[in-house]
This record gives sequence, structure tokens and C-alpha cells, in this order.
Amino acid sequence: MDSLQSLADGFLIALTWQNLGLALIGCLLGTIIGALPGLGPSNGVAILIPLVFTLGLPATPALILLTSVYYGAMYGGRISSILLNIPGDEPALMTTLDGYPMARKGQAGEALSISGISSFVGSFFATWGLVFLAPQLVKVALLFGPAEYFALFTLAFATLGGLASRNQAKAAFAAALGLGIAMIGVDGQTGVPRFTFGEVHLYDGIDFLVAIVGMFALSEVFTFLEHRGTTQATGGDGTVKLGRITPPVSMLKQTSGSMARGTILGFLAGVLPGAGASLGSFIAYSFEKRLKDKEGTFGKGDPRGVAAPEAGNNAAAGGALVPMLALGVPGSGTTAVLLAMLLALNITPGPLLFQNNPDVVWGLVAALFIANFMLLALNIPMVGFFVRLLMIPPRYLMPGVAMISFVGIYGVSGSTFDLMVMIAFGVLGWVLRKLDIPLVPIILGVLLGDQMEKNLRRAMTISDGDVMTLVASPLSIALWTMAIVGFILPMLVGRYLRPKIADTDAVEGADPD
Amino acid sequence: MKLLSVAKVTFLAAALSVTAYAPNAVAFEPSNTECIAPAGAGGGWDFTCRQVGKALQDLKLIPGTMQVTNLAGGGGGVAFAEVVNKRDAENDLIVAASSATSTRLAQGAYPGNDMSQVRWLASVGADYGIIAVARDSAINTLPELLEKIKADPTSVSVAGGSAVGGWDHLKVLIAAKKFGIDDVRSVKYVAFDGGGEAVTQLLAGSVQAFTGDASEAKGFVDSGDIKVIAVLAPERLEGDFASYPTAKEQGINVIGANWRGFYAPGNMSDEAYDFWVAQIGAVYDSAEWKATMASNGLAPLDLRGADFQAFVSDSVDSIAALSKEIGLIE
Repeated sequence: MDSLQSLADGFLIALTWQNLGLALIGCLLGTIIGALPGLGPSNGVAILIPLVFTLGLPATPALILLTSVYYGAMYGGRISSILLNIPGDEPALMTTLDGYPMARKGQAGEALSISGISSFVGSFFATWGLVFLAPQLVKVALLFGPAEYFALFTLAFATLGGLASRNQAKAAFAAALGLGIAMIGVDGQTGVPRFTFGEVHLYDGIDFLVAIVGMFALSEVFTFLEHRGTTQATGGDGTVKLGRITPPVSMLKQTSGSMARGTILGFLAGVLPGAGASLGSFIAYSFEKRLKDKEGTFGKGDPRGVAAPEAGNNAAAGGALVPMLALGVPGSGTTAVLLAMLLALNITPGPLLFQNNPDVVWGLVAALFIANFMLLALNIPMVGFFVRLLMIPPRYLMPGVAMISFVGIYGVSGSTFDLMVMIAFGVLGWVLRKLDIPLVPIILGVLLGDQMEKNLRRAMTISDGDVMTLVASPLSIALWTMAIVGFILPMLVGRYLRPKIADTDAVEGADPD
Repeated sequence: MKLLSVAKVTFLAAALSVTAYAPNAVAFEPSNTECIAPAGAGGGWDFTCRQVGKALQDLKLIPGTMQVTNLAGGGGGVAFAEVVNKRDAENDLIVAASSATSTRLAQGAYPGNDMSQVRWLASVGADYGIIAVARDSAINTLPELLEKIKADPTSVSVAGGSAVGGWDHLKVLIAAKKFGIDDVRSVKYVAFDGGGEAVTQLLAGSVQAFTGDASEAKGFVDSGDIKVIAVLAPERLEGDFASYPTAKEQGINVIGANWRGFYAPGNMSDEAYDFWVAQIGAVYDSAEWKATMASNGLAPLDLRGADFQAFVSDSVDSIAALSKEIGLIE
């Protein structure tokens, strides 16, 4: 009950007009930042840090503002994923898989509201998890050494095959391409640059966000240019069906299980430093698909395929605050920025934060609850407004998308080289779409491959090259078993199911990327 | 009010020191000042720019506000090349730097660039290195740890937040070398993404020792989860770290300072150079900066102008020598 008492104190701190105002501003800004391609939660928070300094905010209000932006961005990322097939940030990537097909079927309103509700469920329960489970969960994080992380990422990678409902070879090619892209940059374990061709801009590797915006947003623009004058371009033919603004009760019932599973998986992924929100939404989606996709509707606009990853990535955002507050270790890119902020405000993150700065911690947790309700209240009525985006004719929308992409990427890094990389990825994305190669596995290859390699090599360094270290703990054995079951089983089962699925695909022609 | 008067006094002191440093300072009138942070918003260089920029403005050492530009890429190499190639003669520009900058310059990680192409202004503090082990470790001193490594290098994995060849790695190697471990390449170093992840792995028991900066480890030191066996500072640090011995006290004379400071374009005029050295020095002397240093875990390191230039030059030389020895560069 201690926690509840402290939480009540936290609400006393958070419930001032100033803090409520900051939370509201943060939620609004966050939603917009999340929705804009090129701006994700981590750079959204980073961009606002100077504002915090300028306003001279003390620690608690500053954190309230920044975490509202963080949560808001996690909500906002889904909007462009669903409406435009352009993920607003990395964790929203999985939402494109079913969200965009739903919008194409005239269910944009349902997709947005169901994902809004899933986001709420995910972050609401994750925040409760933060209140009650933080100290225990920290112990879970300590079970994961490099070998266990390697097994975890391999598990995630193994289930990738399940994502591609049509052509496994093309999905494998895409994932391999992603792995290749992940190799670019200075190798941390030897300090040697790889595939950089003496180009200093490539030393830090390819930024995920640049790759995502290029491949999804710009390639969409290129496709539009190619088809200009015809009605095939994105957004349909002017007679867009917007769908309902509230989801039917039956859909809520259908997706409630997905939300629950997504929340749990996402939260656990968030708690592990070095896993993060992208892994949370990915695991939530692929698990849901494995479990529930009996009729092959996933990837063609199944509401459960929207609910699971959205609950997952928002729960992961809450989960990532556990190691940040309890250990002082960032669980994601955004929490790394928040940590830097804490240091600058003269607060030492670490195991003693809960004891030394309870006002900060509990004020923050209370603010998270407030921000969550605000976001739900903001997002559901605004669904009707968001869907109207689809009514903007592509000839106005697409130049807008191009402009936002360029401004967003340049605004964050200030580098014209990144713009060139983004254009290169745009062209690549356009070519790959022509070849019918899914784009999502490429990004996942980049995200997961990088972590897989790092952790494998860390484990190898520690064990002096003894491969047995990878299966030395019960946890890693469990993870490996799951990976093998997730990888071998679909191949065996798929042999019988594949022809049927391929048939339906040919008829519907829905694009899973 | 007290703060204001302190600021006034510091301003006067600054004005005096300007005259002391450069009689011709009047010849340079700063306008539209800019600080380049060679990394994205939210990182260490970004904070250096913003905090010093804010102090310069609050103390009225520059007219108006200082614009902070983020120019990320190549571990600072993109910004370095930009300054050398395109903005070589600007007088209103300073760039944030740290020991990561000198390490990369020494290792040729900024292709085609070297430290003589820019003018080094001044340091604003240093984050001293520490070496730590887990709370329940049998090791209690730095010589014990190094003895164990010497006897069997495979028995100890050292985790740090920088890449191989980065500063966290080099600090351990310098200590190992001073201790008499001839083949420093045998020291097992595991690179993690940042000091926080590395400490977590120390707590998880995956590795036996941690090398990092004092500020990174502070939270865990306060909670007693890790045991600091050596601070790599010339003398004991103030505050929470005062009870931990330096490496020097233990007979291993290693100083590992992750300094923070600034450089300026190579063809900046002498007047402007003197101006910036004096103004950054005035920030360093101010009470406000002392408070900022304390809250950021920065320890004193006060080097200005020619002293700083010589310091960076020395560290580049010694890092280059060490990097050759471990085979990182040829």
C-alpha cells in the first residue's frame, strides 16, 4: 500500500494548473511529433529540451512536459501509419501492416479509434506495472546478459518469417538486406569502420529514422509521381470511405485479448534495457499473428493486427521507464535523452532515485496517468478530424509529405548527407515495391540485426570464443526453444497451408507492407 | 539578489580578465555567436554548448543569445570537417569537444583532418574515470584487479560504454601498461552502448569490472551496488567520491580525464581567439558554472589558450602511441 500512498502524493504534485497545462501541451505536441514522418519520440523530446531550459522549469514540471511528449508521440505514430502507410516513427512500423489495409477497406475511422484505445490500454496498464512491479522487474533485467539478449533477438528474428504471408524468399531477401545495412559504420567491438568507404558521415551507421522515412514516405511520393494523372495513386479515387469514428462493440470484444497480450509482451520488452519499443510492438504483432491468424486475415486489415502492436509499443514506452527510474539505465533511445535531462537538472538517476527524489518519481508517474487520459480524450474525438486527411487530394498531400520528410530529417541532424541517404532509400523503396518485396523486414533487419550482432560478439568476447556460453543459462535455453519452435514449425505447417493462402492473396491483392 | 550581485562581480572580473588577456580585445566585437554541437540534441556535446551558451548569456559575456547548431555524424567528424573546410575563418563560432574528439583525432577517425587545423580554446571541466567491481567481488584494490588480469587475462572481462579503442577502453589499457602488463591487447574489454548498460551487466554478473566516468556510476555508487576500486584523477575528488582512493595512491600513476571544452576555426583572428578564451574562462570562474559542474559530476580542469592547446596535443600523441601498440592504427 506504500506505493498507493506515494502515488497519491504524486497526484498532489502533478495536479497543479501549471503541470496540467504542461501535460496538455506535451500531449498535443507529442501527438503531432509522432504523426509527422521523420520525427519520433526520441528526437521530439530532444528538440524540446532547449525549451525546458529557456522556461527554466524545475525537475518535476520539466519531466512532466517531456514524458507527455514521449507518450503523445507513441500515440501519434499510428496516425500516419494507418492513413498513409508511412510509419510516423520506428515503433509504429508494425501498425502499417494491418492499419493501412483497414484504411483502404474504408475502415480508417475504426482503425484509428481501435488503435487509440489499444494505445491507452497499453500505456495505462504499463504505468500500473511501473507503480507496483518496478523493483521486482529490475531483477528480470539483470537476468539478461549478452548471451540471453542474443537469444532474444534471434527469437524475434526467427518469427520474422511468419510475417511474410506470401513469399518467404522475398521476405528473407528483405531481412538480409536489412542485416547488410546494419553492418554499415564503425564496429564497436573492434573499432574498425565497415562499409564506410572512407566517408565520415557513414561512421555512425545509418539512422533508422532516415531509412524508414526514405523507404516509406519518399517511395510513396515517387510512386505517386509515377502514376500522376491517374487515379491509382495513394489515397484512392476521391470517394474515400472514412468508416465509423467509434469502433463497433463487436470489434472491441474481438480485440480485447490482443490488447491484453500486446500489453504484457510490450511491457516486458520495454523493461529490458537494450530491447525497447520497436521490439515490443514487433513481438506483440508476430505473437498475435502466430496465435490468432487462423483465416489468414492478418496483413489484410485485421483489427487485431492493429490492436496488438499499438498496445505493445505503448506498453513498452511505460516499461522503458522502469530501468530508467529504478536503475538509471535507459531502456530506449527516448529514455536515454530523458536521463541526460535528469542529470542536467541535478538529479542522479540510479537505484536510489525512488528514495532520494520521491517527489520527482511519483509526480512523474501521476503525470503519466493524467497524460494518458488526456491523450485518450484528445485522440478519440479527433479521429474524425484525422481521417479527413484522406480526403486531401494526393496532389496536395504528397508534396506535403515530401516537405515534412525533408524538414524533419534535416531538423534533427542538420546534415545534408542524411537527406541524400534518405533519397537513396526512397529510390530503393520504390524499386523494391515494384519487385513486390516487403519493406518491413528490411527495417526489422536493421533494428534487430545490429543488436543481434553486438550481443553475440559481446558474449563471445566474455567467454573467449566458447559457443556453449550461448546456451549456458536456463533462460537462454528457453528462448532458443521458442525460437526453434517459432521458426521450424511454420516451415513444416506452412507446407500444407501455403497454397491456400497464396490463392486468397492473388484474389485480394492486398499488400502486406 | 545574491545571485545577481555574484553575476555582476563575475562580470567585472571577466571584464578585467579580458583586458588582462588581450589588450586589443576591443578590436573584436562578437555578433550572432554560434556554438556547434557535433552530435544530436540531448547528447553530451549538446549539453556543453547549451550550458556554456546559457552561462555566457546570463553573465552578459556575449551580446544576445548564442545559437546552438546540432551537426551530427561521424562521431564529431562531420562537424570537424565542416569547420575546417567551410567555416575556417569565422570569428563568432565555437565548437564543443571532449576527450572523444582528441581520441578520434589521434586514431585518424576524422579522415584527412588533424588537431592542428583548428584552434583549441579552453576546457570547462572534466569527468574523471573510475574503475569499479561488483559489491560482492573479492577484489578490493586496483593492483589486485590488474594482478588477476596479469595472471590470467581470460578470467576478467571489463565492460565499458565506449567502442573498442574509445576512451573507456584506453583508460584501462593505460593502467594495465603502467602496472607492467606488457601485452595490453590481452586485456578483455567488452563494449556496450553507454555506461549505463555496462554497469547493468556488472550487476548482472556477466562481467567482472567496469570502466567509465564518475558521473555515469554515481547512482550505483550512492546505492552501494558497485565498489569503486580506483578513481583516475590526480587527487581525490570532492563530494561523494572523496572516500575512494585514486589510482596514483595505489602506486599506479594513471589520470583518465574525460574533459569537456571547445575549439574554434583554424583561421580565427587572434583578437577573437583571445576574446573566446577569456569569456570561456570567465564562465569557468563563475559561481553559476561551479553549480553546473557539481550537478553534472564535472571535476575541475582549468586549461586555457596555449595551455589547453598543449594539453590536447599531448593527449593526442599519447593516445596515438597507445593505439598503435594495440594495433588499432598503423
